[in-house]
Amino acid sequence: MADATPMFEVRDLARHFDVSRPFLQRLVAREEKRILRAVDGISFAIPKGTTLSLVGESGCGKSTVARLSVGLYTPTAGAVIFDGRDLAEARALADQRRRMQMIFQDPYASLNPRWRVADIIAEPIRAFGLVTSHSAQQDRVAELLTQVGLSPLDRQKFPHEFSGGQRQRISIARALSSNPEFLVCDEPTSALDVSVQAQILNLMKELQQRLGLTYLFISHNLAVVRQVSDRIGVMYLGRLAELAPAETLFRTPRHPYTRALMEAIPDLEMTGRERIPVGGEVPSPITPPSGCAFHPRCPLANDRCKRERPELKPAGDAMVACHAVEEGRDDAMPMPAIARDAA
Amino acid sequence: MAAAIARFFDSDVWWSFKRSPVTVASAIVAAICIIGAALAPFIAPHNPFDLASLNLIDAFKPPSWAEEGTAEYLLGTDDQGRDMLSAIMYGARVSLLVGLSATLFATLLGVSVGLLAGYVGGAVDGLLMRICDVQLTFPSILVALLVDGVVRAVVPREVHDQIALFVVIFAIGISEWPKFARTVRGSTLVERNKEYVQAARVIGVPKLRIMASHVLPNVVGPVLVVATLNLGLAILAEATLSFLGVGVPPTQPSLGTLIRIGNDFLFSGEWWITIFPGLALVAMVLSVNLLGDWLRDALNPKLR
Repeated sequence: MADATPMFEVRDLARHFDVSRPFLQRLVAREEKRILRAVDGISFAIPKGTTLSLVGESGCGKSTVARLSVGLYTPTAGAVIFDGRDLAEARALADQRRRMQMIFQDPYASLNPRWRVADIIAEPIRAFGLVTSHSAQQDRVAELLTQVGLSPLDRQKFPHEFSGGQRQRISIARALSSNPEFLVCDEPTSALDVSVQAQILNLMKELQQRLGLTYLFISHNLAVVRQVSDRIGVMYLGRLAELAPAETLFRTPRHPYTRALMEAIPDLEMTGRERIPVGGEVPSPITPPSGCAFHPRCPLANDRCKRERPELKPAGDAMVACHAVEEGRDDAMPMPAIARDAA
Repeated sequence: MAAAIARFFDSDVWWSFKRSPVTVASAIVAAICIIGAALAPFIAPHNPFDLASLNLIDAFKPPSWAEEGTAEYLLGTDDQGRDMLSAIMYGARVSLLVGLSATLFATLLGVSVGLLAGYVGGAVDGLLMRICDVQLTFPSILVALLVDGVVRAVVPREVHDQIALFVVIFAIGISEWPKFARTVRGSTLVERNKEYVQAARVIGVPKLRIMASHVLPNVVGPVLVVATLNLGLAILAEATLSFLGVGVPPTQPSLGTLIRIGNDFLFSGEWWITIFPGLALVAMVLSVNLLGDWLRDALNPKLR
């Protein structure tokens, strides 16, 4: 399954945003510049035909990673490598750009309300000049609509005539229309009803098997991620806390933050059981805590965690950035119920 | 086409139009003004610019219902013996032409600047919007006077008379584009962060194409309203300039010119020479403005 060269790779990727107030106001108030470290040094690789998911709370930087991955943002530091090429270099070439596409979170904002479905789906076809004649273009649009489970007759309609789930199918059809190999999915199901979520996820899995797609999948929902992923990265405040094969992560989550997240997954069987919530709020990424960013909320934190930032290190077949795991202190925190059930 | 017409008569806009008698009335008045002006050469009773047909004996005839009035000159004649009704129709033609062209010019300029500033952002946005701000601090009539003055000083008199109409259009248009730029910039800032624009960016669609094909169709709604309201203002600005004697050339008198000429005779009793062009101007501007007001409300989903 795994190729020698990964389809997609990021190395020490960082993206900082300047959120300072205007220069004059800062001068008057004698303020420092304020830098938001949305993504602060993360590395991962996605082999061809597999899915890597990034999960984390709101504001942990996962959407920024998605945008960096398709070149909507330029990295502050580090490298994004697409099929052996630097992303900026790959994006300058139309035949490379064609190979990557993105599916967005909000199906109500991701389709131009003034365009017909046929034009929306055909936009990449036209931009890359994939087919020349109008009739071939129409045939391709009809084929794509069928592929995502819509009727070819829908191409004459406008986006407002569709439901959220159908719109997301149109989004997927648009993304597929340039025959991409790598798809970045930024929370593609979070705006949909639960029943529709499952349909869209199944569609995406089916397309992956049929077309051999590689996915970078962003979500805040662990249950969703479990369904689609080969590997999962857990993000906290712009850094990876844990990166592990999906089954490993759900069977033996190592990082205290991962365990806390698992504990929070709703489950019918667990109704009435005691839950240990993650205390406190996500700290501000403008002034992150010293050492390990998770230490103010971590039950295993000690002095070293406050001083020294943990690096991602192998632990079993997972990679974990935690001093407690490294020192073997993590037995003090119980495995979440969902993992105990799985094991 | 038939389906489009059917859809229009079924729409909210048509419904709110029918429901407002003031709007219907102003639409009728505006239609009369526009048709009368546009078809002046065909339906005007006289040609006020045909010197051969002018007869000084007919000068200063009062309106037909007054004691000395004749049925031939419905609204009386001016000092040259020109039929006032015909002069007003021809004058409205010039006023409308200038108003429409100036509004079109301001719209094109303002929409382009607003789109560019809003979409590109950063330093470009800062620069363009500061220009806007500076221009907004000058009253628009002052800007128009300035442009006209500069052109007069630069080009010789004969040339000026030929291009005077374009100078007025440019002067009025240039003084009113910031409104359009600001309106469009505001909506562009909202649209450019929507995901359909980002989807186009991921594909690698060039910036200008994204602006023209994605952003523009989604920001023109408010522009339509501003343009309609601006049309009235542009007609008024032209009348003001012509009244001050710096507007259209005297060979093509607009309503403003007619009012100025008539003004000289106001105190000697020939009131009709200035009052009727004035009334025509009021009717035209008021009806267009009322239509604009209605359009703003009709297109605003919050007021429905």
